[in-house]
Amino acid sequence: MDNLIPVLVGLPLAGAAVLLLGGRRLDRFGHWLGVLASTASFGVGLVLFFDMLSRSTAQRPAFEHLFTWVPVAGFQAQVGFQLDQLSVVFVLLITGVGSLIHLYSVGYMAHDERRRRFFGYLNLFLAAMLLLVLADNYLLLYVGWEGVGLASYLLIGFWQHKPSAATAAKKAFLVNRVGDIGLSVAIMLMFSTFGTFAFGPVFGAAHTASQGTLTGIGLMLLLAACGKSAQVPLQSWLGDAMEGPTPVSALIHAATMVTAGVYLITRSSAVFNLAPTAQLATVCVGAVTLLFGAIVGCAKDDIKKALAGSTMSQIGYMVMAAGLGPIGYVFAIMHLVTHGFFKAGLFLGAGSVMHGMNDEVDMRRYGGLRKHMPLTFVTFGLGYLAIIGFPGLSGYFSKDKIIEAAFAHGGTEGWILGTAALVGAAVTAFYMTRVMLMTFFGEKRWQPDAEGHEPHPHESPSTMGIPMVVLAVGSVGAGALFAWNSSFVKWLTPVTGHDEGHSPLSSWTVSGITFAVIALGVLVAWTMYGRQPVQATPPVGSLLTRAARRDLLQDDFNHVVLVGGGQHLTRFLVYLDAKGFDGVVNGIAAAVGGTSGRMRKLQNGYVRSYALSMFGGALVLVATTLLMRAV
Amino acid sequence: MSSFPLLTVAAALPAVGAVLTAALPAATSAKRRDINKTLPLGISVLTLVLAAVVAIRFKPGGARYQMTEHHSWISDFGIGYSLGVDGIAVVLILLTAVLVPVVMLASWHDADPVANDAGTFERNRRTQGFFALILAVEAMVVLSFEATDVFLFYVFFEAMLIPMYFLIGGFGDRTVGEDARQRSYAAVKFLLYNLLGGLIMLAAVIGLYVITAKQGIGTDGHGTFDLSTITQALASGKLHFSPVAEKALFLGFMFAFAVKAPLWPLHTWLPNAMGEATPGVAVLITAVVDKVGTYAMLRFCLQLFPDASKTFGPAILVLSLIGIIYGALLAVGQKDIKRLIAYASISHFGFIIMGIFAMTSQGQAGATLYMVNHGISTAALLLVAGFLMSRRGSRLIADYGGVQKVAPVLAGTFMIGGLATLSLPGLAPFVSEFLVLVGTFTRYPAIGIVATIGIVLAALYVLVLYQRTMTGPVKPEVSGFRDLHARELVVVTPLIALLLFLGVYPKPVSDIVNPAVRDTMSDVHRTDPAPAHPITAAQVAATNSQGGGQ
Repeated sequence: MDNLIPVLVGLPLAGAAVLLLGGRRLDRFGHWLGVLASTASFGVGLVLFFDMLSRSTAQRPAFEHLFTWVPVAGFQAQVGFQLDQLSVVFVLLITGVGSLIHLYSVGYMAHDERRRRFFGYLNLFLAAMLLLVLADNYLLLYVGWEGVGLASYLLIGFWQHKPSAATAAKKAFLVNRVGDIGLSVAIMLMFSTFGTFAFGPVFGAAHTASQGTLTGIGLMLLLAACGKSAQVPLQSWLGDAMEGPTPVSALIHAATMVTAGVYLITRSSAVFNLAPTAQLATVCVGAVTLLFGAIVGCAKDDIKKALAGSTMSQIGYMVMAAGLGPIGYVFAIMHLVTHGFFKAGLFLGAGSVMHGMNDEVDMRRYGGLRKHMPLTFVTFGLGYLAIIGFPGLSGYFSKDKIIEAAFAHGGTEGWILGTAALVGAAVTAFYMTRVMLMTFFGEKRWQPDAEGHEPHPHESPSTMGIPMVVLAVGSVGAGALFAWNSSFVKWLTPVTGHDEGHSPLSSWTVSGITFAVIALGVLVAWTMYGRQPVQATPPVGSLLTRAARRDLLQDDFNHVVLVGGGQHLTRFLVYLDAKGFDGVVNGIAAAVGGTSGRMRKLQNGYVRSYALSMFGGALVLVATTLLMRAV
Repeated sequence: MSSFPLLTVAAALPAVGAVLTAALPAATSAKRRDINKTLPLGISVLTLVLAAVVAIRFKPGGARYQMTEHHSWISDFGIGYSLGVDGIAVVLILLTAVLVPVVMLASWHDADPVANDAGTFERNRRTQGFFALILAVEAMVVLSFEATDVFLFYVFFEAMLIPMYFLIGGFGDRTVGEDARQRSYAAVKFLLYNLLGGLIMLAAVIGLYVITAKQGIGTDGHGTFDLSTITQALASGKLHFSPVAEKALFLGFMFAFAVKAPLWPLHTWLPNAMGEATPGVAVLITAVVDKVGTYAMLRFCLQLFPDASKTFGPAILVLSLIGIIYGALLAVGQKDIKRLIAYASISHFGFIIMGIFAMTSQGQAGATLYMVNHGISTAALLLVAGFLMSRRGSRLIADYGGVQKVAPVLAGTFMIGGLATLSLPGLAPFVSEFLVLVGTFTRYPAIGIVATIGIVLAALYVLVLYQRTMTGPVKPEVSGFRDLHARELVVVTPLIALLLFLGVYPKPVSDIVNPAVRDTMSDVHRTDPAPAHPITAAQVAATNSQGGGQ
């Protein structure tokens, strides 16, 4: 059975190869080929999952070694896979949600002449993401890590005739490369400390290393996670990434790839558990990002960018939970999965709205859509209730547990983190209610598009509808299923460990307070966007609102410091290289040759003089040799 | 010792081919011209076959130098015609032999005569001369990799400058704004720099001979240039350098190689030469000829002067680190496609030299793989860029835009070349770059960490180049572009296949290289730094029982 593991990666990889190299003759049915590769991989994932279920806990992890990749002295990189309780959760999420989004894209991209290529890239993404979660060592994980980055680059820039899309794609890749420095250095540190970078041996030997080394590895892994998961300070690319087609935003920039950072930290729990400083940094990053993303989400009028802010914020919850250690790992992953359902559903809903509204993304030009798009309204609404943490729905079970775990962290830190998580929950309720009200309720504020076409909102085709329904079901039921009999906790504990902690507040108290702050957020949003009509043009807004609209000035900062500084530096260096280094050499040459005219003459006769100098050199050689023999 | 002089034949074939090609009657028609070009192409393919035979017959883990040939040449001065290859030389000969036919095919029309006003062609041997010169360069480069006699190496190292000079100066890039004076300047600059390096090396070569003669090394105690004899004498203590002499000789050799490689701040000839030369010739410069410089550092500097190599190692590491970052920053600032790639190469040569002087197995194996992978990736990027430029007749990035829309295959191959240049995992350059980084880090952590900035900058210059040329609205001048045609596809397909294959399965190459690296490491009396907290045997056993492997 274990030899099926490489097939998981192989199927979508083969799909990508066929679709990208196959040429135009595949245009007619290529998209179905892409769907097939994805669902087949999901099928294999299910088989492996049930096989794992049938085994005892100790027997569950499976390993499959393929071949030796790079063998140089002590550096032995292998291509080997590891399928354990943690990776199988990801496999099912990636291939399951991935297959739904493939299906959705059949309808969404129906009118795009490059649809076959789109499916090729989607399959490539699946293969890379599966490699990332199945690798049994950090270097192979790195391949998947960059592979998803490449797929993300290609898909954000899919409509690359739009300069904004091409720029956004480049930005995402570059910011992620900064994170890659972290992953590279972490692997180098592991190699120089343990002589290996394979999961098992590193985790087994972690306790022998010094505190400083482990902190270094932890912080470097955190840097990598910040890049991939759009956490502060490497968050700036995610909002721009919404330039990509909406199915891409749903799959890559909401449900799967952006959560890879959480996977990396959880997978490396053996290192983080021994490095409290790195854990502290992780919870700080998570807490700051969950507030940052939530504030940005409040100010955006672009529906996808509002959801992107939300994604950043929700991943902030997961990163914070992962930073809490054994109290939080399981809930980080649980929230990751439930978020995968409801956020993918929300994005697909947003895509459905855009599909019916001539690709309009400005929520100030929506309004009253619930009557025209009932299915989209219901599925989006269920996703909305799930994300704000409405009792009984998926988000309630996972997010409340994270808030509880934050308090259970203990001490002043616990109170700070818990409060931040509560504030985040309130703000989440606010901005999501805002999205809901501006899109589906109130007056029509529709406007004709650039070519003057009036929007005629209509329900989307069934290829798009079915995935939305399935994800809505997941948004409603997944949390309860996971929480039932603590099944999710029990499933993951053998990999991540679990600790209840000692919360100063009882579980019911936390739930009660959380529900109260959520209700407050909803109420405030309703007063602002429900009770009074939404203005078609955005009001000036407070200083904070204006800053939030500009993503809390992240790009302004980057622009002045990095782009501006970098441009000046490169311009100066280009000047220096031409005038400085070259100038010195040319100056010497000119001084030797006299005027530039004589320089040219020298050039013309140069080969002769060169031959002469070689001859001269040989003469010197002979003379010296003779001299030496005489001595 | 093999009875059949395979190494001589592998080098003589392109040399003879060069003479034959030059001697063919001048073409009177386009068809005859094609015949005149097919001969050198065929010879380069035959050379590739011979190089493959060399690689197959080479036994990794066998004698250090294999297929050796020794003939005394100028016996009075201890100069011998000595050839032999180790694993490092084998893979570099193979790289050269793969790239030459690819470059020829890519440059098929680059040296065709231009019709004069009357619409007729001048009848001359210029076109076939171009191909003859490429073969001549190949012969010299292959002999440089094979020579195990210091003087013999010096002769070929210098002799390859002459055909290169004519290739750069005589066959310019036919693009708008192309300027014969600029080209001549670039060719002379190339020659001046390398000549200066060569002359200083000559002094060091003589100095080395003088010392061996003084200490009575060599067959009759009259001194020798034979590499094996000298290294054996050094190892056994029969030959001893005074510290000052060793440092001086090391610097003399190193200067020549650092110019050729090129190492910052001796790099400024490269952007001129690559900018003015045709794309094919630019590939010859950076992917083939320059590799002789980095190869010679491993072969001669480290073997002959181990102590001086260790003394100067840290300083050279700092220069190579500056080169990595400086080259990448300059690449970001370029407006000219070919100059951008030239500066990217300067950054990559920084990595190669860093790997060599980090003095670890990973560093040196990584540097050797890097030489191969950089050759392939730069060839892919530069040749596709050449196809692009031939469609528009401009080297300026700003003259392009939206090519992806009209020529998706061209854009796709350009992207793969670019991704290889930025060392994307899964493609060959990642393996070598990571080995160099990790090999440097284990001995010099700070330098290894700073060098990782290079991976961000590489992404910057590659993606900016791609964005500006390939994406965005289609420029009117670009709208008529034809996608890659058959000949162009034949050029890029093997390069891309190699990039993928060596990215996923580099073991065949690393198996050939590893024993040579071990020998070099023992020449310089260095062992890899041991892990601070190695995993114990018990932990390994525990993991293996899980099946995780190391």
